[in-house]
Amino acid sequence: MRRRHFSDRGDRILDRNPVRVGRYRLFTRINHWIIAASTILLLLSGLAFYWPSLFWLTALFGGGQAARWLHPILGLVLAVGYLLMFVQLVARNIPRHDDVVWVRHIRDIVDQNEDKLPTLGKYNAGQKFVFWAMAGLILLLLGTGVMIWHQAFPDLVPVPARRWAVLGHSVAAALMAMTFVLHVYAGIWTRGTLSAMTRGWVTGGWAWRHHRKWLKEVAGRRD
Amino acid sequence: MTGRAPEPVTAAANPPVEPLEANLGARDVVRASAMPNLPAPDRSLTEVAKLIDVSKCIGCKACQSACAEWNETHPEIGVNTGVYENPPDLSAEMFTLMRFTEYDNPDTGNFEWLIRKDGCMHCAEPGCLAACPAPGAIVKYSNGIVDFIHENCIGCGYCIIGCPFDVPRISPRDNRSYKCTLCSDRVAMGQGPACAKSCPTQAIVFGTKAAMIEHANDRIADLKSRGYANAGVYDPPGVGGTHVIYVLHHADQPSLYAGLPDDPQVAATVSAWKGANKTIGLAAMGLAAAGAVLHGLFGRANRVSAEDEVEAQALVDREREGDA
Amino acid sequence: MTNAWTDIKNTDLAIVMGGNAAEAHPCGFKWVTEAKANRGAKLIVVDPRFTRTAAVADYYAPIRPGSDIAFLLGVIRWCIANDKVQWEYVRNYTNATFLVREDYGWADGLFTGYDEEARRYDMTSWEYQIGEDGFARVDPAMTDPRCVWNLLKAHVEVYTPDFVETVCGTPKDRFLKICEMIGTCAAPDRVMTSLYALGWAQHSKGAQNIRGMAMLQLILGNVGLRGGGINALRGHSNIQGLTDIGLMSNLIPGYMNLPRDSEPDFATYMASRAFRPLRPGQTSYWQNYRKFFVSFQKAMWGGAATAENDWAFDYLPKLDIPSYDILKMFDMMAKGEVNLYFCQGFNPLMSFPNRAKLTEGLSKLKLLVVMDPLQTETAHFWENHGAFNDVDPAAIQTEVLELPTTCFAEDEGALVNSGRWLQWHWPAATPPGAARGDVWIMSSIFRRVRALYEAEGGAFPDPILKLSWDYADASEPTPEELAKEMNGRALTDLADPADATQILLAAGRQLQTFGQLRDDGSTMCGCWIFSGSWTEDGNMMARRDNSDPGDAGMFLNWSFAWPMNRRILYNRASADLAGKPWDPARKLIEWDGAKWTGYDVPDIGVTAKPGEVMPFIMTNEGVGKLFSRKGMVDGPFPTHMEPFESPVENLLNPALRGNPAARVFPEDLAQMATGDEFPYVGTSYRLTEHFHTWTKHNLVNAALQPEFFVEISEQLAAEKGIRGGQQVRVWSKRGEVWAKAVVTKRIKPMICAGKTVHVVGIPLHWGFTGVARKGWGPNSLTPFVGDANIQTPEFKAFLVNIEPVEGGPLA
Repeated sequence: MRRRHFSDRGDRILDRNPVRVGRYRLFTRINHWIIAASTILLLLSGLAFYWPSLFWLTALFGGGQAARWLHPILGLVLAVGYLLMFVQLVARNIPRHDDVVWVRHIRDIVDQNEDKLPTLGKYNAGQKFVFWAMAGLILLLLGTGVMIWHQAFPDLVPVPARRWAVLGHSVAAALMAMTFVLHVYAGIWTRGTLSAMTRGWVTGGWAWRHHRKWLKEVAGRRD
Repeated sequence: MTGRAPEPVTAAANPPVEPLEANLGARDVVRASAMPNLPAPDRSLTEVAKLIDVSKCIGCKACQSACAEWNETHPEIGVNTGVYENPPDLSAEMFTLMRFTEYDNPDTGNFEWLIRKDGCMHCAEPGCLAACPAPGAIVKYSNGIVDFIHENCIGCGYCIIGCPFDVPRISPRDNRSYKCTLCSDRVAMGQGPACAKSCPTQAIVFGTKAAMIEHANDRIADLKSRGYANAGVYDPPGVGGTHVIYVLHHADQPSLYAGLPDDPQVAATVSAWKGANKTIGLAAMGLAAAGAVLHGLFGRANRVSAEDEVEAQALVDREREGDA
Repeated sequence: MTNAWTDIKNTDLAIVMGGNAAEAHPCGFKWVTEAKANRGAKLIVVDPRFTRTAAVADYYAPIRPGSDIAFLLGVIRWCIANDKVQWEYVRNYTNATFLVREDYGWADGLFTGYDEEARRYDMTSWEYQIGEDGFARVDPAMTDPRCVWNLLKAHVEVYTPDFVETVCGTPKDRFLKICEMIGTCAAPDRVMTSLYALGWAQHSKGAQNIRGMAMLQLILGNVGLRGGGINALRGHSNIQGLTDIGLMSNLIPGYMNLPRDSEPDFATYMASRAFRPLRPGQTSYWQNYRKFFVSFQKAMWGGAATAENDWAFDYLPKLDIPSYDILKMFDMMAKGEVNLYFCQGFNPLMSFPNRAKLTEGLSKLKLLVVMDPLQTETAHFWENHGAFNDVDPAAIQTEVLELPTTCFAEDEGALVNSGRWLQWHWPAATPPGAARGDVWIMSSIFRRVRALYEAEGGAFPDPILKLSWDYADASEPTPEELAKEMNGRALTDLADPADATQILLAAGRQLQTFGQLRDDGSTMCGCWIFSGSWTEDGNMMARRDNSDPGDAGMFLNWSFAWPMNRRILYNRASADLAGKPWDPARKLIEWDGAKWTGYDVPDIGVTAKPGEVMPFIMTNEGVGKLFSRKGMVDGPFPTHMEPFESPVENLLNPALRGNPAARVFPEDLAQMATGDEFPYVGTSYRLTEHFHTWTKHNLVNAALQPEFFVEISEQLAAEKGIRGGQQVRVWSKRGEVWAKAVVTKRIKPMICAGKTVHVVGIPLHWGFTGVARKGWGPNSLTPFVGDANIQTPEFKAFLVNIEPVEGGPLA
């Protein structure tokens, strides 16, 4: 068996005519959508506490008390979910030299001159950024969130620390929201991406266009 | 109803015997949490204040007792932890607490036992109200009383974070925040707070803020005549003044009194959180979302072309054959 | 109290010593804060602990428990030495000028006449020189060495500031500062008030502590004045009423006393109660004793009390010993000499000394009846509560009956406050469950006992069968009926002694005042000092007019104060010899040329000319007594005595132990410790959060002070390795308790006679019933001995030891 550099164990060629490449197994996809759902719910409930004119969003959860109760529990769901995801995806998200080159050519990405870019493994630098940004922000949100989770930990840290925590939590949440927008938009803008997380596979053309080294490695594998 | 209750001027007044209409309510709210565009009320009540004269206080806890009785709270029967404070801290069942400090005064050589009644200060600029995310859960009336409207409270604890005096407490029973109401329900009926009414030495008095400041000045003159050169009133400007004010023998060192903040203000972290952060954060999120939508609408999507598919197939075939 | 609570607002200086008014009497203490806030008055606190009263004081000094007499006589010495004496007052209104017998003397801590064997003084020599005219001899110039003033000067000579510091542990500079503050009140227009309570009373020489202050107040000329006086702060609502109504084994109502068995007939009884004036023209009001007594007998036995049977004198029990006080009763119980104990509104198991002995006594009863609104420890003394009440129920055969009673808020009647105000109150709540009023219970028992006597006869049934009981409902006399009976009424038309055709009061009418009482059986009166409380004008005790003419603090139309609605006793002394107020700004009464007028009811005949009739109308002398003659069994002056258990010996006479004239039972003396075994001084007290052992039954009070603790200094804590909040064991030679430790700067070690003395403060509010946490009281530790005069137990100074405990019986 050859060493894998650009692909994960479950990635495989499903069809050769036309080419379909398996990108995420079912477990990973469920994992992802749990994260996605909890993130959205956290965002909605969090925004309600964040901005008075959005407080009405708590109605989605059955009122302010329920939203306040649910938010940190969802936070735990997100954190655990992301931890699982992290373990699955971290190997292919280690930055490489190619990523630096890719980032230098960021304009070419937007202008869709991808032929000017280095060929990539399973993830490009943008995806890696989302991965690491989410990891860091969720860790921060978890830490600060626990500090201000009054119902569960009323006396965990003194009030001045809680003030820093709540400030940090809201800044992190805003950044997380923006990362989320970036992630969702990139997934939509880059057509053909969504099926990776819905059906688990991408077309060969998508793989060739965006993650050629990954495709090459998967295609060459015999395991 | 035979009319509206008068505005209270003293805690010593006896309760009305005839049914009266409350003289404090939603229409007197000048500020409410998470309701930035509240219309100004059509009338303005006289500002009231509770004066706690620490130099007259004998620490008898009658105020604590009256507070629990009036508010029908049930402070728990705890244990002795080696101090006189009981319960050991403010709680959702104990809105006020005598705090005792043993102080060897280095200037006079005298020992002093400083006893301070702790509780909500009813700030003119309430940090709790600023921090609260639930619309109308914390209100400030035109007479200066800061009150928690419990049915609107979501129990997040942000009021604790916002308060410069560490006063509000969330009840584990119903997950709502509680603190001294300055007996707004009594004040509405022309009465002073229960604590002031029960205070045997009139260390706690109640009236208009102007009258309380005047009374405080009399007390300060008396204390100065007894050798307390730094006697003064505690009405901290950092929170815009308060509607619970202290007379202190050592007004130059408020923190002597069980850590009364020397210069309380709404913490910079809280201001940042509720101020710039909120605006910038929401703007950034909004811009990101709007940018994405605009780009989605007007930008050209990144599509996989038919050639890409062909190339891919060729690559797969190559790889597979190469192996074969 | 000589004065009233409301009058404290008139003072210039309040000294709280032997009490802790802010904590034990917070509502009354407001008048001290009034005086401070409105008059610029100063407050001094002298106490072993820095109390909550001290927290608002202008000046504080510590004192070793049980050394108050040395302190007070030290102040008197300082005042005399520094000319801080209200000379005109002392000369005219006290017995300073009276000459004392040549054979009276004092040496080595003892007065003349001491019998060591009997622990008793022969008081013969403690008397004035009586002239041939039958009056006491006086020396107005006060030059005679035998005059009281010169004897006093000599008596206090030993109490120098150094002596005070050595005995009391009070730093000399603090003592002298207090002397100076007190000394300012010798000026005629400066007045000090003394507020004290059980901190002075609960000693084996408690009455002498109070005498010390009374003497000081006389020397300063502060008795009878607004803002002055000597003010006992009574510890129970209506404990004043209890003594007024004579609920002591040796008293009958109105401070009269029961006959001794050495007084078998009325003539003998009255012979020692003639109260002849000792100076010409003086009132000596107790001369009317016979009127009070006969009227009392008429109230008791009505028509059965006649001139022929000496007003039923034989119906009264005759005491074979000075008193059957509670200590005596429990001593008898422990010896198995008592069968039935009726315990009404009293929780002795938690409030009398040496709990082990109390439990032993109760265990030897056949029947214990407890009447109380609460489930008291006394009623449950036989229940095992682990370490908290470690008894074997199977070994106790006492039958216990609990009769639930109403509490004060559920019934109607009058409570007498410290200022002698009888304030009527009305029920605010309905009694719970089977609770019944005390009057119903006692009436029902009486009727059954009477029925037994009727049916079976008996050795002497008359006092029971002939008891006057003419109430509308024999099973429950109403508060109104009882109050009217105490006030008294005319039984026949009362004619004016000067003009027999004039009827002063018709038969059946309520008395206006005790001045109308007769000793011929034509009046009846249950408690002479209460006369005037329910007159033909109605219930004076229910008056609620709070007007206060002259802002004098008298409130004469609010309730009724005994005697005669007078608010300040001896108020004649507020004016000089000519009848002009010492301080015109604080006028109380004055002589207008024909009569006494003013803001208070004059404590003198309203037409008694100034200069002729002296102010202290109750004394034989007409003046205040610096030298108390035979009034006290332990000395005509106070003298320094150590507590029975003391860490240091009596510097005046090391051979003396405690009060040499105090009664002490031999078994109890054997249980008294020395400082070698038990090095620390225990002292007991109340906390403001609680009232005795009642409020531990109430949720809010229990939350405010939930658990038994003891207080020690940081130094003792360090020495013993005790942390704040930790469990400690405190034990004496009689028992042990476990408590939480409160380590505080408010108690500091004192140096007495070269020794470091540590105080262990032990509050008294916990037991094994109620909602607060279970605990103990100081009475598990305290010695079984009382004051020589009135048997108040020595709770304020005893010896203990202390150690930290891991895993004790507390939570």
